[in-house]
Order: sequence, then C-alpha cells, then structure tokens
Amino acid sequence: MKKTLGILMILVILGSGVLFAAGQKESGLIKVGIVNLPPEESGYRQANVEDMNNVFSVANGYDAKQTNTLDNSEQIAAAKGYIRDGVDYLLISAANASGWDDTLKSAKDAGIQVILFDRAIDTDKANYQAAILSDMAYEGEKAVEWVLSLGLDKINLILIRGQMGSAAEIGRSAAVLDAARKGKLNIVADGTGGDSWSLEEARKVVEAAIAAGKDFNVIYAQNDGMAQGAVQALQAAGISHGKGGKVKIIGFDFNRFALRNVQAGYWDADMQCNPRQAAEISKWIKSGNIPSGIVYQEELLLTTETITDELIAKWGINADPGKGVITR
Amino acid sequence: MHKLTKSFSHLVLPISVMTLLIIINLIKGADYFRITMVNGAFYGNIPNILFGASELVILSIGMTLVTAASRGQDISIGVSATITSAVFVQYVLQAGEVTLLTIVVGFLLSCVVGLFLGAFNGTLVSVFKVQPMVASLILFTGGRSIAFMIDGKLSPILANDISNHIGTVIPGVPIQTPIILTVVFIALVAVLFKTTNLRLYVETVGINPNAARLNGINPKKIIFLTFLIMGICTAVAGFIAVNKAGRHDSVNLLKLIMMDAILAVAIGGNSLIGGKFSITGSIIGAYTIEMLNRTLLRLEIEPATIKVFKAVFIIILMVVSSPVVRVFMKKALDRVRTWRLSLSQPKESALSTTYIAEKEEE
Repeated sequence: MKKTLGILMILVILGSGVLFAAGQKESGLIKVGIVNLPPEESGYRQANVEDMNNVFSVANGYDAKQTNTLDNSEQIAAAKGYIRDGVDYLLISAANASGWDDTLKSAKDAGIQVILFDRAIDTDKANYQAAILSDMAYEGEKAVEWVLSLGLDKINLILIRGQMGSAAEIGRSAAVLDAARKGKLNIVADGTGGDSWSLEEARKVVEAAIAAGKDFNVIYAQNDGMAQGAVQALQAAGISHGKGGKVKIIGFDFNRFALRNVQAGYWDADMQCNPRQAAEISKWIKSGNIPSGIVYQEELLLTTETITDELIAKWGINADPGKGVITR
Repeated sequence: MHKLTKSFSHLVLPISVMTLLIIINLIKGADYFRITMVNGAFYGNIPNILFGASELVILSIGMTLVTAASRGQDISIGVSATITSAVFVQYVLQAGEVTLLTIVVGFLLSCVVGLFLGAFNGTLVSVFKVQPMVASLILFTGGRSIAFMIDGKLSPILANDISNHIGTVIPGVPIQTPIILTVVFIALVAVLFKTTNLRLYVETVGINPNAARLNGINPKKIIFLTFLIMGICTAVAGFIAVNKAGRHDSVNLLKLIMMDAILAVAIGGNSLIGGKFSITGSIIGAYTIEMLNRTLLRLEIEPATIKVFKAVFIIILMVVSSPVVRVFMKKALDRVRTWRLSLSQPKESALSTTYIAEKEEE
C-alpha cells in the first residue's frame, strides 16, 4: 500500500513537473538577444535603443536581453553569449562591419535567426536571415528630388557633408554630385562638418562662401546640427532663409528641434533617417514570415507644407522644444 | 628697446604665421579686412574669426597654465566643458521662466562643477603624480556619458531669448557677445597675473619642481591650482559653446577641441614640457588656428583633403620653429655676419671673430 502510494506520489510529482514545464513553454516568451550601440552615441541611437526597449517588452511577448557597446569585440562576445543562451532571434547593429563571420555561422548552426538592423555587415548573405537598413542613397535622392522641385531658376547649392567616408555621407552626397554632373544644379561650395558632423565647422563653410562673395540659394546639410550651423551663418550675415526667404535649407535625421524649425518656416525641409526598425522586425517575427536579404525602410521628407504635429510626435527623435519654438 | 625685442621674441612664430595667413587671404580677396554692419552688429572676416575662436582662446589659456606647471596636457577639456554646460542647461530648463538671474546662477553653478572636475584631474596629477594626459583620459573616456545622463538621455533645447543673445548679439551692442565675453575673460586673466606672483610660481614649478619646493613653493599646490583655473576655463568655454549652439549635444559639443588647444599652446611658442610660458602667444596661436581653418575653406580645398593640408601646414610650421632648425639658422646667420665683418674690417679683428664663432660651434 505504502509502496503504491509512494509510486503514485512520484508519478504525480513527475506529472505536475511535466505539466508545469509544458505550461511554461506554452505561455513562453520569444527569446530575443539584441546587440546594439550605446544610446549616447547619437540622438539617432538614443531613439533606436528606446524603440527596441518599447517593442521587445514582456508585454509584447518577448524575453529580450540587450547589450549596448561601441566595442566590436564586446559586441561579438555578447552575441556569442546569446547564442549559448539559446535565444530564438538575434538582432545585431554592428559597431564594425567586419569580423562577424564566425559568430553569424555559429548562430546559424544553432538554428538562431539573425536579423541585422540599421548597420550592414560585410559577410556572405547566407550568414544572416534579413537586414533592415536605411538606404542613405535613397535619402539623398529624395532630398535632391525636393531641391530640383523647388522651381528655382538656377540652383546654386552649398553642400555640407558629414564625416567623410561614412555610409551616410557617401549615400547622401551621391545624389547631389550626380545631379551636379548632369548639370541639374551647381555646387558653389563643398565642405564638411568633419568627423563630429560639427555645427561650428558647417557654420564656417557657409561663412567662407559668403566671404568669397558666392551666390547661393540652397543649403544641403547632411544632418540637422550642421543645417543649424549653416543657418546661424546666414542669420549673422543677414541673409534671408526658410519659407519665403532667399536660401532654402534642408537637413537630415528628423530631430524634433529641426522639424519644429521646418514647421515654423525657419527651415524648408528635413529628410528622415528612421531609427525605429523594431516594430517592423517584431511584425516579421510574429507572422513567422521573415524576408531574406536586405530590406530598406520607407523614409519621409517633410516640408513646411507637409509637416504636422502628429508626424513630429510620431517620427521625430530627441527632445521636442515645443510648437512654435525656433532653435536658432 | 633691447628689452622690448626680448620680451617679444617668443611671439615671432605666431605673429609671422598669422601674417602669412593674412597675406594669403589678401591675395585671395582684397576685401579681407572689410567690416560691414548687419542688423546692428559688425560683420566680416575678422569678427567671424574672433567669434569662432572664442572657446578655443579661453581653453588655450587654461591649457598654457596646465602645460607650464604640470609638464603635460589636459585632454579632457572638451568633455569637461560638455559636463559643465549640461549642468548649466539643466538648471536653466528647470527654472521655468528664464531671467538674467537664472542664467547667471546657472553659469556660477557650472563654474562650481568646472572647479570640481579641475580638482579631480588636479588631485590625480599633483597628489598621485599621474601623468596629466593619463589622468585626464579618465574624464575624456567617460565624461560624455556623464553629460548624456545629466541631459536625461536627450539633447535638451536652450531656446530662450537671453541664451540666444549670449550666443549671437545683444540688441544695441554692435559686437557679438561671445567676443565680448572672451575679451572680459582675457582681461580678468591679465589682472590675475598682474596682481599675483602666479606666473613666477608656475614657471618655477614647471622648470624644476624640486628646486621650487626647496625655495618654499609647494609644487602640488601650484599644479592643483592650474587645474582649478582650467576648470573655470572649461566652464566658461562650455557656457559660450552651448549658448551659441542653442541646444546641448553631449556627443559633439567641443569634440576634439583639446587638439587645437594644445596646438595653440605650441604655436604660441610655448614648450609642451613645461616651464616658461606666454599666454599672449597661446591666444594669438588660437586665433591663428581659427584663421588657418578658415583660410583652407577660403582656398576651396576639397573636403576629403582639407585635414591633410592642415596637417602639412602645421608640420612645416613645427619643423621650422623647432630648436634644431633655430640653432641651424642662428649659426648660418652668424656665419654670414662674420663673413661680412671679415670683408669690411681689418684682418686681425676678423680673425678673432671667426675664432670666437668656431669656439661657439665646438
């Protein structure tokens, strides 16, 4: 009797254990490992990390772990750790485009789907499932298309580039240089804000153009900070700009202060560089339908006419100065 | 007269470089010095240079002192300025309505933070005898993250009228405010040096700390003091920079400015291994760098190669002004002189001069 009771008890315990394990599996969260850069890298990254945290939350059915570092080897170590933990998906925004082959292969061997976001990795396409990126060339083309659509008699443009050789600089410059080659516009000054996409350097580029007596009517600055510096130079020199002004201003990145400037007609347009890939990735994961290869995000260009409060709230990044506040 | 030439001899390098740059600019356009009035303020190349270089000038004053006393450089200045200005911005934003008092209190608060950061570096260098560059590497590495946290993980906007006036012009005043602030700061530093023995103490410590100690000057105190002054310099520079920008970008604010500040000290004819120093030289050096940057833009050098040109210019400058070349030039000059003397003077005296010259060479 005692023996049968004992056996029964053991069976119950085992059974409940199995039941418990099964139950956990059913209500189980999707395990995701995220390897990203730290939020203090830029306003873009800050929005990116925040977005990842919001989307890959327990409430949305995810058990996500995140590592944010600028060091490529630390990133690789973190990715290897996630592979060992047996995550279901591994999301990577790499600090460095190279050195990832072995890690990606071991993820593949472990049956983990790798999705790259924001930054591409130099590796064979078979090593990852999908990549969701911003197409910098597309951003440039869209911005140049806007410049050409302004209906100016002759376009004399000041090009202010970002960090020379960066993916954003190459992509965003390409369209301008191409249009200049085709004679659609004229580049009167070609400068750079340097490695820090510096406001001060951009200001100097425009000041030098003014000092040289150059005539220009468009400023194409490859990020918002440099557009701000360029406008400061115009303000000091008493040259009109923005809506109804002589010089048309376009910036990039969708910082909320820049969008407010566009809204106020202080600038003319801003081109998006979307840091919010998380929702799209989550949609892929939930539907089980993950594309393969590189997918580019749709990105917006907003002008004084098309901008609205909702769009600023939804797509803007960084601090919002508030409606009607101009950041000079 | 002799005394005058002697006291200005160290300024030969910065002034001659500046002259060279002015000549290049004048060739490029004869209206280089033209100043016009725009919206009630002076506008032109010179005001632009003075405006653009203001933070660099202030930081290079601090850098000169730190270099002279501690025989090393503080590479955390841009980062320190970012932290002090982050505190300033947070204070102003939390105050609600922005008045002049808010700005002044915020600035004084940022000066306290500057002093604290200076004390941190200063303690490491003076008490723990850490190399200045290594000591300041700590803040250099971690400081921007600290500023980012103070900012609340965003780039806060400083869009109020007073800040805008500080960053541009005060209505009714024809000179841009950063220029005025820089001049006031330079004047205060000048008063400090006229009324105290700071120069003597700093130079003594820089030349030989042990000798200074034996003469009753505490090298630790003096080195610590120079870092405190540097702290104030970073607070002032951060204040100007953030008001110019109108928002606090913890990632890029005054990034890499320590390179230009160190360069300004070097162009100013100062030795980077301490000792005698000239703040005037550093100030001229700072304005020269600003002028050089703008000259390269004026010459329309391609953006991809502009840094190379700057580097080449500076290398030539440093080689020309190096002690080796200086000694060589001096010898060459002496030889020319003796050769001339031998032509014009009787033979006996010519012989004796060459003899002396040869002896000097030995």
